[in-house]
Amino acid sequence: MKMRFRLVSVSAPIIALTISFGLSSLILLIIGKDPYETFKIMFEYGIRGKSIVSIINRSIPLYISAIAVAVGFKMGLFNIGVEGQYLMGSLVAAYIGAQFSIITPLHILFIIIVAVATSSLWAAIAGYLKVEKGIHEVISTIMLNYIGTGLIAYSLTTIFDEPNSNYDLPRTKELPETGKMPPLNKFFNIEDLQDLHGFLVIAVLVGIFYYWLVWKTTLGFDLRITGSNPIAAKFSGINPNKLVVIAMITSGGFAGLVGLGPLLSYFHRYTIDFPTGLGFAGIGVALLGRNHPFGMAVGALLFAFLQRSAQILDLNDVPKEIEQMMQAFILLIVVVFYEVIRRFIVKQQVKDASKRSDE
Amino acid sequence: MKLAINIKNITKTYPGVLANSDVSIKVKSGDIHAIVGENGAGKSTLMKILYGMVKPDSGNIEIFENKANMSSPKDSINLGIGMVHQHFMLAKNLTVLENIILGIDRPFLKNIKLSKYKTEIQKVMELYSLNIDLNQYVDELSVGEKQRVEIIKVLYRGAKILILDEPTAVLVPQEVKDLFKNLKDLKNNGVTVLFISHKLDEVLEIADEISVMRSGQMIDTVLNDNVSKTQLAEMMIGKSLPTPPARLTSTDEEVILKVENLKSNDENGRTIFEDVSFEVHKSEILGIAGVEGNGQKEVVEAIIGIQALDSGKVIFKNNDLEKQGTRERLESGISFIPEDRQLQAMIMEMDLTNNVIIGRQNIKKYKSSLGTVKMKNAVNESEKVISAFEVKTPGTSTLATALSGGNQQKFVVGRELEDDPSLLIASQPTRGIDIGAQALIWEKLRNSRDEGLSVLLISADLEELIGLSDRIIVFYQGKLVKEIEAENITPEDLGSYMTGLKK
Repeated sequence: MKMRFRLVSVSAPIIALTISFGLSSLILLIIGKDPYETFKIMFEYGIRGKSIVSIINRSIPLYISAIAVAVGFKMGLFNIGVEGQYLMGSLVAAYIGAQFSIITPLHILFIIIVAVATSSLWAAIAGYLKVEKGIHEVISTIMLNYIGTGLIAYSLTTIFDEPNSNYDLPRTKELPETGKMPPLNKFFNIEDLQDLHGFLVIAVLVGIFYYWLVWKTTLGFDLRITGSNPIAAKFSGINPNKLVVIAMITSGGFAGLVGLGPLLSYFHRYTIDFPTGLGFAGIGVALLGRNHPFGMAVGALLFAFLQRSAQILDLNDVPKEIEQMMQAFILLIVVVFYEVIRRFIVKQQVKDASKRSDE
Repeated sequence: MKLAINIKNITKTYPGVLANSDVSIKVKSGDIHAIVGENGAGKSTLMKILYGMVKPDSGNIEIFENKANMSSPKDSINLGIGMVHQHFMLAKNLTVLENIILGIDRPFLKNIKLSKYKTEIQKVMELYSLNIDLNQYVDELSVGEKQRVEIIKVLYRGAKILILDEPTAVLVPQEVKDLFKNLKDLKNNGVTVLFISHKLDEVLEIADEISVMRSGQMIDTVLNDNVSKTQLAEMMIGKSLPTPPARLTSTDEEVILKVENLKSNDENGRTIFEDVSFEVHKSEILGIAGVEGNGQKEVVEAIIGIQALDSGKVIFKNNDLEKQGTRERLESGISFIPEDRQLQAMIMEMDLTNNVIIGRQNIKKYKSSLGTVKMKNAVNESEKVISAFEVKTPGTSTLATALSGGNQQKFVVGRELEDDPSLLIASQPTRGIDIGAQALIWEKLRNSRDEGLSVLLISADLEELIGLSDRIIVFYQGKLVKEIEAENITPEDLGSYMTGLKK
């Protein structure tokens, strides 16, 4: 019986994907492009070896960001501040990590700890404000994003700027070799392609840890029952205030890891072109993946695939904005179908239960 | 005489709950008509149907002797029905005037003609002698004044029938007096008032006719002049259910729970309860009687640490619980069956295995040293509860929402008795469930008591309360007014204490 429900659940994203391909085709037709040709070019470009490495590298921060958001979602807490949290964490970690050199595993572990601590601390502010002052976390995290961006802009040009640099724009000192994450190309025998980010390993571990935390621990249980029914949760002895702070700090901790893929494997320093927007993109991936570790992995890969494969479109005279529209279509439609499916499953269970009672 | 409302044979079921069963009621035009009944008797559902918020499964409604078919509150408003909800629907950062016209005028890029509305509203206020400063912000008004704004709001929209849902629950005595004066003025001007309450004194003071509901059914409609408070209380509480058998063993001397001088105020400074002291002995069922809203629910919530106390002590097995949160209290051997199983006791969209853990998630049985949930134990425990309490379900992986009300309740009671607690607090343990499930729960409670469990039982069902309890304490207006041995009392006497008739 469980298997049957699982199959039904998977059908929602597949339906959403099909419909959004249909809608995107319609738009392509309206602007006079051949949808079949367009998707064929995208697909062929997207499955090249180079593209696949790029897709995986792109999906790493997207995935971790989705997990950071999902931890909050699970208890009905909307951490919109992953964006500011990961940028703050990345900057501080990039700066402190560049000050010394120890053996690689320890150096990287240290950088990770600094980033996680900074981001959780930044997220904890929103938790504190909600519990002590009753300020809704959506408001406070959005404001903290702005404050964080301002703080980063200021401190990058003053405190954290590389001393005696002949580079025009502000940036932190480069990480020493021991602070760089080695690529994984050797393990997959793809040394002819660009670097496959070593942070992939961490992302997989994070996914497993998230699953364990939310579905296997009592803390996760508390999070989930608070998300489904806050009143029953309170009657079961959960202290909602304490849980809000814990969830916010945990969410911020995951957020701290978002920027580390690009930092440790590619940029090796915080510069003004350090990737932004990953925190917001994570909200969409969490929604698409329904806060499930596997679902979000598929979601992150799908969005990374669309982003990468759309790059070929400009060369073929198709506006690549079609890709952003597709992402939006998918999200909108999938939300609708998840609800349809949920109602179907509940109905089925009520039927099964009443059959049992008639016996 | 003309009928304002004629409801015929309304039935409405929700999954697991029969909210209204073949309910009929006639309300005469220009009357003040009260509907009384305990919480969960079906009053609110009936009013929601009348106001177009809920569609009945079957039955008809006639308004002013014309067949009415409402599918939204808008339809009802057009038919001349206005509703004042218990929780006000006002925008507090707007003025009284703005609140009253909110939603009426739909200007598009043009000025709202405030002065025009003002004179119209003042006419309505004069007609029904309702006074309020239209320019004041709602935020600055007292609760009674806010209610008056709600009344003016619906009258201005042309309401000829006014539904008031528990209007006095939020008012202080002086405000109640003002409200009643206003209602009488409305009546004299031809407005029909439907007054929902469970406070019998007030109902007898204001209503012309009184309808009594109990467990989804309309019991009777009587003229105010022909009925006494005791009779009303009996109709409301009922005596038709099976009687639990008397007890066999005797109470132990040992005190399990002791509360001393409990006192608590709500955020508006109104006293919820005060001077509450009592003891529960080992192997004793202490019943708490009281009409809904007299503080008894809050007292038990204070014992498990959900309701904050202003003063007083809760002592459980010689430990002062003051510093302990709800979780510590539950883990130290207090079990709690809240009155609303779907809202407070279960997670409806989770399966029974997960639901068995709720309230116990931190005890050793369910939490490993790594902090993980021991799912295997949860499956075993839920299976045990299902078989011991005869819960009808396909299995442990069925969602709670799929079960009938009686089966949900049996599961909750089973869960709370599973770990051999020292004290069980049971709030309305058999409300709204079938007689079979009720009998089973009674039997289980009695057996556990005979084995040494102490029970604090709150029930609106007086037969249940008298039949199960060893001793009964009575709450009236937030105070403990009477303590009686259960064997020496009849439901009639108990009803008199609960309604303040006897002291």
